[in-house]
Amino acid sequence: MASIDESGGGGGHKQGPGVKKAKKLSTRVDMTPMVDLGFLLITFFIFTATMSSPTALDLNMPKDVDKPDDETPVKQSGVLSIILGKGNQVYYYEGQLEVSEGKNNFKTSTYKDIRKVILDKKKDVMGRHVHNDELCKDDRDAAKKKGIADWQEACKDLDFTVILKPNDEATYKNTVDMLDEMTINQVKRYAMVKVLEDENKLVKATEAANGIK
Amino acid sequence: MPSVKIPKKSTFTDMTPFVDIAFLILSFFIMATKFKPPETVEIKTPGSVLTQKLPESNAIMISFDSLNRVFFTVLSPKDQSKYATIIDQVDQIRTLGLSPQEKAAFKKVYMTGVPFGQLKQFLAMTPEAQGKLKLPGIPVMDSADNQMVTWVQAAKAAFQGEKLQILIKGDNEAKYPAFQAVIAALKKNDELKYNLVTQLDGVPTGSELDFKQRAERAAK
Repeated sequence: MASIDESGGGGGHKQGPGVKKAKKLSTRVDMTPMVDLGFLLITFFIFTATMSSPTALDLNMPKDVDKPDDETPVKQSGVLSIILGKGNQVYYYEGQLEVSEGKNNFKTSTYKDIRKVILDKKKDVMGRHVHNDELCKDDRDAAKKKGIADWQEACKDLDFTVILKPNDEATYKNTVDMLDEMTINQVKRYAMVKVLEDENKLVKATEAANGIK
Repeated sequence: MPSVKIPKKSTFTDMTPFVDIAFLILSFFIMATKFKPPETVEIKTPGSVLTQKLPESNAIMISFDSLNRVFFTVLSPKDQSKYATIIDQVDQIRTLGLSPQEKAAFKKVYMTGVPFGQLKQFLAMTPEAQGKLKLPGIPVMDSADNQMVTWVQAAKAAFQGEKLQILIKGDNEAKYPAFQAVIAALKKNDELKYNLVTQLDGVPTGSELDFKQRAERAAK
């Protein structure tokens, strides 16, 4: 690629024998290796660059209380309990767990389908909401201040509570996915609770029946 | 008709602008690159839809990997004295009898993951030897001796009067009991607000959050 010096041959002033013409050096520098090197370094830095910076998910836990009186009461009709099991399986029931002849509200789902379950329950609870102005006043005022168009709806989901119960086989990803699901579906009240022994037995039995390892 | 003469063009292209651009991009990437601290263990974090940024200082990070080993990290790049305070506190509470050299070595450890019984021995090692060692993790599963409680206690004492943020970084495959044990240790110290470290995921279209965000954007 380097330019070839065109020298010699005719023209110019006369030269005596033995007198050599001083070579005119080109000032042009071949940039190709420099470009090569530049792009090599660019590739290196692109690969090492950490572009996807991690984000944070807030988690607030309630303080442990000793007295049962201090616990937050929730309406049974508005509760959805979700148990996270192994093999990315989700089990849920509405209200109180009832497993007897002819009555069974313990259901199996997956992480893909649980969103629909949560939303259906939320709609159901919101539809049954009895407008209690005393309780709702603060929520509504806050929503009105923020300029939300449907501020009257603000506290319709007051009774809706999701209880998350990851068991010992559930992974951390499962737990975070469910917490994320709470944000995606705008569930305002949710709690992370230890799974009960009876529920765990039921989960184990279902897992054995469905062949989940 | 006389044939049209096509002038012979030189094949030599001027590379100078090319070099300019290449080095411009290069300098951008050099500046944009932030090297990750040497991680003793690989942790793949789950995704979430939240876009909140992580704090880089005035924070402690509790991480657990896929084998449920728990690690403790202090993030205080500006104020190096915090490291000394924390290790002093730990030394006092647990009466480990650490020498000043061993205490100084704590600053260089990014992720601490040994039980208190092995801490003295671990800090006496060279950083190279520490890197090769397979860390057992901080014992948390035993609720009677959850050693994370002491670490958090020491950190709280060191960051007294300042805002201390607690980051929890867990691996996708880690089991829930490890997470629960970490939370139990934090609860014992009356720490109830945490930040979980996640990767950014897109908000699913058509979900309630999507509608809410759109409404907020429209309001602006």
